[in-house]
Amino acid sequence: MYLHAKQLWRPVLLPAIIALCGASTTAVAEPGRWQMNMPRGATGVSSSIYDIHMLTFIICCVIGIGVFVFMFYSLVAFRKSKGHEPATFHDNTTTEILWTVIPFFILLAMAWPATKTMLEVYDTDEADMDILVTGYQWKWSYEYILEDGENVKFFSNLSTPQNEINNLSEKNANYLLEVDNPLVIPAGKKVRFLLTANDVIHSWWVPDLGVKKDAIPGFVNEAWTRVDREGVYRGQCAELCGKNHGFMPVVVKVTSEQEFDSWIADKQSEAAEVKELMSQQFNLEELMERGEAVYQRTCLACHGAKGEGGVGKPIAGSSVATGDIGEQLNIVVNGVPGTAMQAFGGQMNDLETAAVATYLRNAFGNNMGDMVQAVDVYNFKKGGGSSDE
Amino acid sequence: MSEHHGPAKGIKRWIFATNHKDIGTLYLWFSFAMFIIGGAFAMIIRAELFQPGLQMISPEFFNQMTTMHGLVMVFGAIMPSFVGLANWLIPMMIGAPDMALPRMNNLSFWLLPFAFTVLLSSLFMEGGAPNFGWTFYAPLSTTYAPPSVTFFIFGVHLMGASSIMGSINIIATVMNMRAPGMTYMKMPLFVWTWLITAFLLVAVMPVLAGAVTMMLMDIHFGTSFFNAAGGGDPVLFQHVFWFFGHPEVYIIILPAFGVVSQIIPAFSRKPLFGYDSMVYATASIAFLSFIVWAHHMYTVGMPIAGELFFMYATMLIAVPTGVKVFNWITTMFKGSITFETPMLFSIGFVFLFTIGGFTGLMLAIAPADVQYHDSYFVVAHFHYVMVAGAVFSMSAAIYYWLPKWCGRMYDETMGKVHFWIAFIGFNIAFFPQHFVGLAGMPRRIPDYALQFTDFNMMSSIGAFIYGAAQILFLFNVIRTIVAGKKVDDPQVWEGAQGLEWTIPTPAPYHTFTTPPQVK
Amino acid sequence: MTAQTGGADTYYVPEQSRLAICLATSVAVLILGAAIGLNQMTFGSGDANWTMLWLGLLGFVVILAVWFRQTIVENRAGMNSAQLKHSYALGMQWFIFSEVMFFACFFGVLFYVRNLAGPWLGGEGAKLMTNEVLWPAFDFSWPMQTTPQEAVGGVADQIPANTGTFVGPKESVSWSGIPLINTILLLTSSVTCHFAHVALKADKRSAFNLWLGLTLILGFTFVGFQAYEYYEAYNHLGLTLEAGIYGSTFFILTGFHGFHVCMGAIMLSVQWLRSTVGGHFTPDDQFGFEASSWYWHFVDVVWVGLFLFVYIL
Ligand code: HEA
Ligand code: HEA
Ligand code: HEC
Ligand code: CUA
Ligand SMILES: [Cu+2]
Repeated sequence: MYLHAKQLWRPVLLPAIIALCGASTTAVAEPGRWQMNMPRGATGVSSSIYDIHMLTFIICCVIGIGVFVFMFYSLVAFRKSKGHEPATFHDNTTTEILWTVIPFFILLAMAWPATKTMLEVYDTDEADMDILVTGYQWKWSYEYILEDGENVKFFSNLSTPQNEINNLSEKNANYLLEVDNPLVIPAGKKVRFLLTANDVIHSWWVPDLGVKKDAIPGFVNEAWTRVDREGVYRGQCAELCGKNHGFMPVVVKVTSEQEFDSWIADKQSEAAEVKELMSQQFNLEELMERGEAVYQRTCLACHGAKGEGGVGKPIAGSSVATGDIGEQLNIVVNGVPGTAMQAFGGQMNDLETAAVATYLRNAFGNNMGDMVQAVDVYNFKKGGGSSDE
Repeated sequence: MSEHHGPAKGIKRWIFATNHKDIGTLYLWFSFAMFIIGGAFAMIIRAELFQPGLQMISPEFFNQMTTMHGLVMVFGAIMPSFVGLANWLIPMMIGAPDMALPRMNNLSFWLLPFAFTVLLSSLFMEGGAPNFGWTFYAPLSTTYAPPSVTFFIFGVHLMGASSIMGSINIIATVMNMRAPGMTYMKMPLFVWTWLITAFLLVAVMPVLAGAVTMMLMDIHFGTSFFNAAGGGDPVLFQHVFWFFGHPEVYIIILPAFGVVSQIIPAFSRKPLFGYDSMVYATASIAFLSFIVWAHHMYTVGMPIAGELFFMYATMLIAVPTGVKVFNWITTMFKGSITFETPMLFSIGFVFLFTIGGFTGLMLAIAPADVQYHDSYFVVAHFHYVMVAGAVFSMSAAIYYWLPKWCGRMYDETMGKVHFWIAFIGFNIAFFPQHFVGLAGMPRRIPDYALQFTDFNMMSSIGAFIYGAAQILFLFNVIRTIVAGKKVDDPQVWEGAQGLEWTIPTPAPYHTFTTPPQVK
Repeated sequence: MTAQTGGADTYYVPEQSRLAICLATSVAVLILGAAIGLNQMTFGSGDANWTMLWLGLLGFVVILAVWFRQTIVENRAGMNSAQLKHSYALGMQWFIFSEVMFFACFFGVLFYVRNLAGPWLGGEGAKLMTNEVLWPAFDFSWPMQTTPQEAVGGVADQIPANTGTFVGPKESVSWSGIPLINTILLLTSSVTCHFAHVALKADKRSAFNLWLGLTLILGFTFVGFQAYEYYEAYNHLGLTLEAGIYGSTFFILTGFHGFHVCMGAIMLSVQWLRSTVGGHFTPDDQFGFEASSWYWHFVDVVWVGLFLFVYIL
C-alpha cells in the first residue's frame, strides 16, 4: 500500500513551508524565484520521483514533529527551575523494542514504492530512438543514431555572454542555462540516452525530465525519457568536472514529431553542405574569420581571450604556434596526452581545425602569414600523422 | 630520571610530549586552527556565492576552495578535535594513568601538522591546489589533476598513518588500561563510541591509503586502474573511496554521539536511558556503515540489483540511529533539566542532527536521489549532520570539560550568546540550501542561475553570522584559560557522572597513577 | 618509586621523548622528497632529483632503529609491566589488522575488475553498450592480454577517452613455475618460524637460532625469486606496469606483498641477531620475536590469497 503524496501535500506540507519562510503559495507552485521544492517535472518518471520524494518527506515531517514535540515538552515540563525532581528510571524493554520495530516497518512502507520507481528509472528497453551523449570539458556533444541516412552530431556550448558572467552587462533570464545548440527530441517518444565522456566524469541532469546519469569516460551508461509536453527544459552538468563545471548546461527542446523530423532533415543537409565546403580552398582572411569563431567557442576557455594562456599554455608567442605546422597540427588534432589539452581532431571537422590552426599562427601577434587548408588536415589525419608513432 | 614531576618547561613540553593531557591539548588547538582555516575557505565560497556572476575569485580558485574546505574541515578540524577529546578524556574516564602507548601518541599528533603544511602549501604551487573536490574522483584527480596532487596524495598518507596509530592507541588503551572493575558495560558511552570509531578507523584508513596509492601509480607509473583504455574503470575509484568515505562520516559522528550521551544525563540529572541499547546501536551503525557505501553512487550506472541493495541497507541505518535519538529524549523526560551552554549545544545537536538524519534518509531513497544527487540538498544534509552534529557537539564538549581541564569556569552568558548566534546563523545558512538543492542547483559551482539568487544570499548571510559566532567562542575559551573564575570542586557540574569528576579540578598533570577501584 | 619511573609492578609512563618529533620530521622530509622527485620525473623536463627522498629515508630508518633499540633496552631493564607488554601486543595485532585491510583493498580491486568492469568492457552484463559504442573489437578474458585500447587500434583511434598508452603483455605469468616454488618456500618458512617459536618456549636456544635462520633463508630466497620473476616479466613477457589492468593489479598486489615480505624478513633478521649476538629472549619474554612472527604468518596468508587469485584462478 502506498499513500498518494499529492493528497497529503496540501494539508501538511504547505502550511509547514509557509510558516517556515513566509512565502506565498503561488511562488511555491511556480518554478523560478523562491522555488523550494523539487519540480514535479514533465515525465512519468519525474512525477513518480516527486511522489516518492513527498512521501518520504512527509513521513519524516510526521516523525520529526513527534520527536520534537516530545523533546520540547520534556524540556519545558521538567525544568529544574520549576523544581522538578529527577526520576531514576533508565530502562524499559517494551518501549525500546517498540521504537526499534516500528521504524523498521515505516521504512518498509517507503522501500516498496521506491523500488517500483527505481525499476521504472532503469527500464531502458524498447526505445524509439537512441542519442549518444558525450561529455567534454566543458560542453556536451549529441549524436543521433539514425537508421536511415547519416547520424547527426553536434556540440552544445554555453551561450551566455562572458560579459554577463563578469557582471559587465545585465544577466538575461536564462543566465547560465542557455546553449547554442539545444538537444531536440520529439514529444511522446521514448528516447534512450547512451552517455559517455571524453575526459573526466560529467553528469547529465535535467530536473524536469527526472534524469540524472553520470557520463563516464570509457563506459556507456543508459538513461531514458519520454516527454509528452512540448517545451524547453533546462539542466546542468552535475558532476565536478574541472574549471568550467558550473558552465556546461543542458538544454532540451521537446517539439512535435513533424517539427522534429524536419529539424533532423535540416541538420542532415547542413552536414552535407559542410562536407562540400571541406574540399574548397579559402584565403587567409576567410580562414581567420572562421578560426576566430572556433577559437572563441572551443579554445578560449583554456587559452584566454588574448591567447595569454590559463589552464592551457599561452598561444601568443608560443613556439608551437610559430613553429612547424605539422607539430602544431599534431597538438591540435591529437592533444597532449596527460594534460587538459584534448585531441580536438575528433571534435572539430577538418575545416574548423584548419581554420583554428591558421588563426593561431596569425593572431595574438603571431604573424606567420602561412595558412592551413582543410585538405591539409585531412591528409595529416590520414597519412601517418595521426599519432606519435 | 626525575622523581614525581610536573610538565617540562617551554616548548619542549609540547614537542616531546608523552602525557595524554598535553597531547590532547595539542590536538585540540591544532584542530581549532584548522577549523578557522577551513572556515575561512568556506567564507570565501559563501562570499563568491552571495550573488550570481563571478565577483571575487576565478572558477579554478573556487574549486580549490571547495576542495580544501572539505579536506581541511573533515581531516584537519573534526577528526583531530575528537582525537584530542579522546586523549584528554579516555584515560580519565577509565581510570588509566595515560594512553597505552604514549610515545606513539606523540608521533600520531606530530604527523598532522606536517601533513597539513604540505596540503596547504599546495595553494602556492604552480597549477594551484587540489581542485577535484574532497572526494577526488578519478580521472579528474589523476590524468587531469594539477601537479600538486602528488603532494596531496602523500599528505593523505601521513594523515592516514596518524589516524591509524591514534586509533590503535585508543583501542589498546580501552582494551587494556581500564581500572579494576571497569567492565566494558560500565564504560562511559564516550569511551564506547570511541572504541568503535577507532575500530572503524583502523579498518578503513588503509583502504583510503590504497585508493590514493593507486592514484599515484596511475599518475606517475602508467598503470590503468582508473582508465578504461587499459581495462580499468573510473568508477572503481569511487567504490574504493566510498568504502572508506561512508564509514568516515560515522567516524565523524560517533564520538559526537558519545559526547551528547555524557552531557544530556548530566544536565537532566538522570541516568542515561537505555545504556545497553546505546552500545548495541553504535555497534550496529558501525557494522552497517561497511555495506552502504554505494549510496553515494546511485547515478553512476550500477546494475539495478546493486542499486536496490545499497538502498535497503542505507535505510536500515535509520533504525539504530533512531534508537539513539529516542534514548536521548527519553533521558530528558522526567529529568530535572538546566540549560547551561553544554546542554544548549546538546539539545541543538539532537534537534538539528535529527533533521540532517531525515534528509539523509531521503537521500537514501535511490530514485529520489536521482534528483538530489550532487545538488545543494546534499550540501544541506551533510552540514546538518557535520556542523550541527559534529561541531555543535564539539562546542558542547569544550564548554563541559574546559573547567575540569583548566580549573576555570567559562563565561556562561557569553557561552549562551555563542549558542544562540550559532544556532540561528547555522539555520539561516544551511536551511535554504535544501530549497535551492531541490529546485535544481548543483553543488561545486562558482556561479548559478538567477532563480537561486535569494536563497543563496540568505545562506551567505547566515554563514557569516555563524562564522562570527566562532570568534566569540574562541574569545571565550581564551578568556577562560587566562582569566576565568577559578573552580576547585572536583564535581564542577551537579549532575555529572564518571571518574573524571572524582579527580581534583583542574585535573593534575598525572592522574590515576594507581588505578581506582570501580564499584 | 613513582609510576613514571617504572618498576614492573606499576604502569610505565615514559619520560618525554624526542623520538616522535624526529621521526615525524624525517617522514615529512621523505614524502616531500618523494613528491618533488615524482613530479620532476613526470611533469618536469630534466632529471628527477631524489636526494631529499634518500635523506628522509635515511633519517627515518635510523630513528626507527634508535626507537626500537630504546624499547628493547627498557624491556630488558625490567621496566615493562605485564600490562604494558600486553599493550604492545595489542598494538601489533591491530596494526596487522590494518595491514589486512590494506591488502583487502587491492583484492577488492582485483575482484571488481575481473568480475564487473572487465565483462562490461567486453560487452557482457549491465553495460553492454559500452562495448558496442566504444570498444567494439574488445573481448574480455583474464589475464587481459589485449587492452581495450589495443583492440580498437591503439591510441590513434579517436574514440572518446582513449588516453594513455597501454600495451598488453605477450604472455601472462603461469602459476606452475616460480609462483609455485615461492608458495612452497613461504609456506615452509611459516612452519619453520613456528618451530622456532616452539624451540624458544622450550628454552632451546640453538634450535631457535637454527629454525629462525632457516626461516630467514627461505624468506630471502622468496624475495630473490620474486625479483627474478619481475625481471622476466619486464624483459620477456612484456608484463609491465603499463600493460593495462592485468599488469596494474599484478604488480600492485605482488609488489606490496613483496615489500611486506622484505619488511618481515628484516624484522626477523633483527630478532635472529638479537638472539645469536645479544642473547636476548627468554621462554616467557620474547615479544620482539613473537610480533615479527605474527607479521610473518600474516604475510604468508596474504600470499596464499595471491597465489589463488592472482596466479591460479
Ligand atoms: C556526520 C556525518 C554524516 C552522517 C551521520 C550521515 C548520516 C546519513 N547519511 Fe549522509 N552524508 C554525509 C555525512 C553524513 N551522513 C556527507 C559528508 C555526505 C556527502 C559526501 C559528498 O558527496 O561530498 C553525505 C551524503 C549522503 C548520501 C549521498 C547523497 C548523494 O550524494 O547523492 C546519502 C544517500 O543515501 C546519505 C545518507 C545518509 C543516511 C541514511 C544517514 C543516516 O545515518 C541518518 C540516520 C538518522 C535519522 C534517520 C534520524 C533519526 C532517526 C529517527 C528519529 C528514527 C525514525 C526515523 C525514521 C524511521 C525515518 N548521506
Ligand atoms: C565537518 C566538516 C565541515 C564543516 C564544519 C563545514 C563548515 C562550513 N561549510 Fe562546508 N563542506 C564540507 C564540510 C564541512 N563544512 C564538505 C565535506 C564539503 C564538500 C566539499 C566538496 O564538495 O568537495 C563542504 C562544502 C561546502 C559548501 C559547498 C561548496 C560547493 O559545493 O561549491 C559550502 C557552501 O556554502 C560550505 C559552507 C560551509 C560553511 C559556511 C561552514 C561554516 O560552518 C564554517 C564556520 C567557521 C568559520 C567561519 C571559521 C571560524 C571563524 C573565523 C575564521 C572568524 C572569521 C569569520 C568571519 C569574519 C565571518 N561547505
Ligand atoms: C581544456 C582546456 C583546453 C582547451 C579547451 C584547449 N586547450 Fe590547447 N592546451 C591546453 C593545455 C593544458 C596545453 C598545454 C599542454 C602541455 O602541457 O604541453 C595546451 C597546449 C596547446 C598548444 C601548444 C602550445 C605550446 O606552446 O606548447 C596549442 C597549439 C593548443 N593548445 C591549441 C589549442 C586549440 C587550437 C584549441 C581549441 C580548438 C585548444 N588548444 C583548446 C588546454 C586546452
Ligand atoms: Cu561537466 Cu561538470
Ligand atoms: Cu554515506
